[in-house]
Amino acid sequence: MSGFTPASSMPVFVHRSRRGAELVLLILALVVGIGAYVAVGLGVQEKIPVDLLGYGAWLVVLLVAAHIGVRLMAPYADPVLLPLVAMLNGVGLAVIHRLDLALAEDADKFARQQLIWMTIGVVLFLITLFLVPDHRMLQRFTYTAGLAAVVMLILPMLPFIGKTINGARIWINLGPVSFQPGEVAKVLLVICFAGYLAVHRDALALAGRRFAGIDLPRARDLGPLLMMWAISLAILVLQRDLGSSLLFYGLFVVTLYVATERKGWIVVGGLLFAGGVFAALTLFSHVRVRVFTWLDPFKYYPVGDDGVTSSGQLVEGMFGMAWGGMIGRGFGSGEPWRIPYANSDFIIPAIGEELGLTALLALLLCYGLIVERGLRTAIVARDDFGKLLSVGLATSIALQTFVVVGGVTGLIPLTGLTTPFLSYGGSSLVANWVIIALLLRVSDQSRRPLPTAPSDEDLAAEETQIVKLDKGAMSK
Amino acid sequence: MNRPIRTLSVGCLILFVALMLNVTYVQFFKAGWYNARGDNRRVTEEAYSQQRGDILVGKKAIATSVPSDDKYEWQRTYPGGKKYAPITGFMSYSYGQTGIERSQDSVLSGKDNKLFTNRLVDLVTNSEPAGGNVELTINPKVQDAAYEGLTNLGDDVQAAVVAIEPSTGAILAMASTPTFNPDRLATHDFSDAQKSYNQLRKDEDEPLLNRSIQTALPPGSTFKLVTAAAAIENLGMDGDSKVYGGATLDLPGTDKVLPNHSGTDCGGEQVTLTQALDVSCNTAFGFLGMELSDEEMQDQAEAFGFGQDYLDDIGPLAVSQYPDNGGDKAKQARAAIGQESVIATPLQMAMVSAGIANGGEVMKPYLVDRVTSSSLDVIDQGKPTTIDKQPAVSQDTAETLTDMMVSVVENGTGSPAAIDGVSVAGKTGTAQTTPERPPYAWFTSFAPAENPSIAVAVMVQKSGTERSDIAGGLLGGPIAKAMMEAAIS
Repeated sequence: MSGFTPASSMPVFVHRSRRGAELVLLILALVVGIGAYVAVGLGVQEKIPVDLLGYGAWLVVLLVAAHIGVRLMAPYADPVLLPLVAMLNGVGLAVIHRLDLALAEDADKFARQQLIWMTIGVVLFLITLFLVPDHRMLQRFTYTAGLAAVVMLILPMLPFIGKTINGARIWINLGPVSFQPGEVAKVLLVICFAGYLAVHRDALALAGRRFAGIDLPRARDLGPLLMMWAISLAILVLQRDLGSSLLFYGLFVVTLYVATERKGWIVVGGLLFAGGVFAALTLFSHVRVRVFTWLDPFKYYPVGDDGVTSSGQLVEGMFGMAWGGMIGRGFGSGEPWRIPYANSDFIIPAIGEELGLTALLALLLCYGLIVERGLRTAIVARDDFGKLLSVGLATSIALQTFVVVGGVTGLIPLTGLTTPFLSYGGSSLVANWVIIALLLRVSDQSRRPLPTAPSDEDLAAEETQIVKLDKGAMSK
Repeated sequence: MNRPIRTLSVGCLILFVALMLNVTYVQFFKAGWYNARGDNRRVTEEAYSQQRGDILVGKKAIATSVPSDDKYEWQRTYPGGKKYAPITGFMSYSYGQTGIERSQDSVLSGKDNKLFTNRLVDLVTNSEPAGGNVELTINPKVQDAAYEGLTNLGDDVQAAVVAIEPSTGAILAMASTPTFNPDRLATHDFSDAQKSYNQLRKDEDEPLLNRSIQTALPPGSTFKLVTAAAAIENLGMDGDSKVYGGATLDLPGTDKVLPNHSGTDCGGEQVTLTQALDVSCNTAFGFLGMELSDEEMQDQAEAFGFGQDYLDDIGPLAVSQYPDNGGDKAKQARAAIGQESVIATPLQMAMVSAGIANGGEVMKPYLVDRVTSSSLDVIDQGKPTTIDKQPAVSQDTAETLTDMMVSVVENGTGSPAAIDGVSVAGKTGTAQTTPERPPYAWFTSFAPAENPSIAVAVMVQKSGTERSDIAGGLLGGPIAKAMMEAAIS
């Protein structure tokens, strides 16, 4: 669907590959990541970590490998994304290590596992770049991806391999490790949405009734949206996973809006969302509890009137952040171990406590940049599928960050999701590395110099050639 | 498709700006609010591992912080022990703080704005911030006498005393029994602290209660001072005015009568007001209660501090109450002798005496004399003020009441409090409660009558004494006497 831009009539902006810039930024990210690790050692144990060389070398090898992979396989890809996630991943590792030191007898339990997951993530990142030389080939798997996503979502419901942890049935047992297939489903769903909507966008863009200046979609086109809505509700009901439910639904509505350019879909999607929220609030106590503890956390701290419900996690997180203040207590001087699950969902308050508001704002800026680079990729992408794919991938990071950070800082009710790249959690980390690989792939494709357009003489030679301009190319 | 993508970018921008604003709100603007919460473990833990200032009586610390070799670095100890426990309160890891430890926490922990310059100096010199010291108004000799008096009542006693300086309102002594050992709650051995705390909470005698300010009970005949004051102020009476003094007083609207404690008359059908107070004549003061209007009695009680929370330095204070009898004469009669639903704390009854001693001016009680920084600069000084702009009674009325109270000690029920060579003014009280439980014994007094330096109230809620032997003068008189002697000598 790429099509040719109308011949040489306008000068075409040619992107440079910028791999050198990426390397410099990557070195900066390594300095931050390894520096954080040293700071943890100095702050908590009052010595430079003994395994600093090994640890540092491992990070360097991983990221240099990723960088070389990008150089070879996606030379024109966006130069900012990889350093950003490398930095987030590095800081996350250091903070998880710090929490390990505070909690476990086995002093490196989670950090070591996270490093293994990061290694797997980087390997999958490289494999993705290798196996997907052109993102458009993914469009062929639209329905396969959708089906696979559904299977992934159903897996945890099955007996034997499915597992409930902390009330959410979103895990499967793979021998010694547990895995959240929902994270993989997230990537598959983005591919599926993008593929489906790239094809059906014209039909879905047809306007129905006009109301308050907004064209509402036709009733008969509501099918896909209703189906996604039902699937999201099913996830909420059957798996008690509020976060994923929100994320998947939000992803679909956003992609639908971008594909059709119709605000009406946002309106309809929003109404359905409101209906779903209302139904969930009336029907499910676990949803109500989230809202109540959000509205008045101190009523449920340390335990609520019913003697069970507790907002301990939320309140301890708030206390931690307040304790950290502007510049934080410093590694080793805070008490982030007071926050239950500080290394996964609640890593943001843990960072806020020891590194302060300054660090949190910096991290949020990094997330903002990732999303911005993702959306920029979508804007310069040359095909509909590429646009929708990068919109979906960038939105998944934006939504996930918003839902989890907003939740743990009390902006919105708490829903369980991991903070991308920072939180402990293998499935999420690996999936997010793949997301970055796909974004880099689309961006490489769109920033790569165009094949030279045929010259006027060539055109003159083939007088009667008809050049068909497709819609995607026109809209640029 | 680029237009919706641009809209989407703006949407994402809004989300991230919202996150940043919210984080800034939590960590910067609302941080102080979170850090001020008592259930914030980080704060309590820091407070716990900090060198708090001393609580001082005279030059002696009754609560201080000593270095400890565990992770908390400082251990709070209480050299004042059980004697001062109702005043100091305790500072525990799991159960928060009480008493002065609680009310003066901002000074003791060094967070108070009064200590701002000191904090600045600490910051610049990089020294550990140290808390300020709190010097109390307590007179250690009077406190000794008070505590000894209460312990001498025996085991299984619930009682409290309080002494104030009439001219200033400075609290000279404050003791309550049973009491507790604050060291056992402040210990870093948390399971031990928990055991002690649970034990104290289960004890029916409520050792954690500071009865001198937190227990309000019917004050019995000591309340007749208020009734007498109202009668002199409103009915134009004096010590020689004649009042009804028969053996019983008919209670209108009921088939009951109000008898005297002795069962006989008060020395005749008509007796002087002085005589009535000497023998604590129920019928006389019940009669006066019916002569006076409900409003006049209420105003008089409130002028002495009933219905007010006047105590800032330590708390919480149980507020003393004079009821609205709704014009029911029988209730008015019983209220006038400190029964019915009149309730008062020992501190309140000491203030009645102190007000009379101070020529009618009731001073606001205070416990914190001075606040000093860790380098002993005086930062704050307690200043005497009155509780109301108007005196509770006129100078003349106060003098009349003083003469009558002196007579109570010289000729009447207050004789156990008499001190050789010093004229003592006092009033006893024995409040009947239910037939099943023994009455409350009260005593309040001040001395020397001509130039008072101390006013005292003693309240015995429960003691091992035989029911028939319970009388305010016998139980409370000797304690009050010892305290007054300690203050005067």
